[in-house]
Amino acid sequence: MIYVYIATMAITTYLIRMLPLVVFKNKIENRFIKSFLYYVPYACLMAMTFPAILYATDNMLTAFIGTIVAIILSLLNCGLVVVAIAACLAVFIASLIL
Amino acid sequence: MNKEFKQGIKDGIPIALGYFAVSFSLGIMAIKGGISVFQSGLMSLTNVTSAGQFAGIKIIIAAGTIVEMIMTQFIINLRYALMSLSLSQKLVEGTTLWQRLIIAFANTDEIFAVAMAHTKNVTFPYMLGLQSLPVFGWTLGTVLGCIAAELMPKSVSVAMSVALYGMFIAIVFPVAKKSKPVLFVAAVAVLISCLLFYVPFLSFISDGIGIIISTVIAAALGAFIFPVKEGGKE
Repeated sequence: MIYVYIATMAITTYLIRMLPLVVFKNKIENRFIKSFLYYVPYACLMAMTFPAILYATDNMLTAFIGTIVAIILSLLNCGLVVVAIAACLAVFIASLIL
Repeated sequence: MNKEFKQGIKDGIPIALGYFAVSFSLGIMAIKGGISVFQSGLMSLTNVTSAGQFAGIKIIIAAGTIVEMIMTQFIINLRYALMSLSLSQKLVEGTTLWQRLIIAFANTDEIFAVAMAHTKNVTFPYMLGLQSLPVFGWTLGTVLGCIAAELMPKSVSVAMSVALYGMFIAIVFPVAKKSKPVLFVAAVAVLISCLLFYVPFLSFISDGIGIIISTVIAAALGAFIFPVKEGGKE
């Protein structure tokens, strides 16, 4: 069954990437659709992150500390990998102390 | 070796390193969810999408329906349609159908960004070079993450489970800091996502469907209140 899920994911994702490159050769003109597509990644990433991140570890307090560290460093433009690693380190250190 | 291909390989190195780190935590998450090392590696090799795989793994763990899987992948990865559309304008003239079919496979956020920032129009060998190391790094990172999860102490693998969320925060917050519309969209998405999670009579809604509902409402509200100006920026 897991292979069916994986195939479904792969095919859906490939079609989304492939069709616009192959079929549609002209640009999207509709302003609402353009705007909607522009906002989708931000909305979807935030919906996936909150509140799920608070339950990602086995202790809500360590997860919260990791979240705060990630937010502060990302507001300082630290870059994806640095923020991700720092959040993990914060959770790890917090779990040792608490 | 083709000069364009070589340049692509070179430009792909930093992407591959970043992917390795992120997919490592994806592998930990997959193996914890009962997905095997081989299956996790296969998923990364055939999907090459962080947010999509992340949501996909959640659906697999929750034994969601195939329809839910298709809808979730569609909404989360819809942005790639826009990127492929933009990329099609950036390809050199004479790029064949077969070449387009191959380039489409790994048109990820980061690869797209690098291709668009390239000074000239991009060629097929360049794109092939640009994509190869990141796809390799993404798959290898996933497999090693799966293996390491079994070996590392629990406290380390628990800590690493926030890595992907950290990356998502690092993608959104810097943009939201500068752009009020993006801040608005992000805040609405979090609000709806939390409502679906915490309000008791809404808790029958699964993770995947919840992500779709939050994304569609927040992005549509954003598009309605803050339509983007010509050129793509709000």
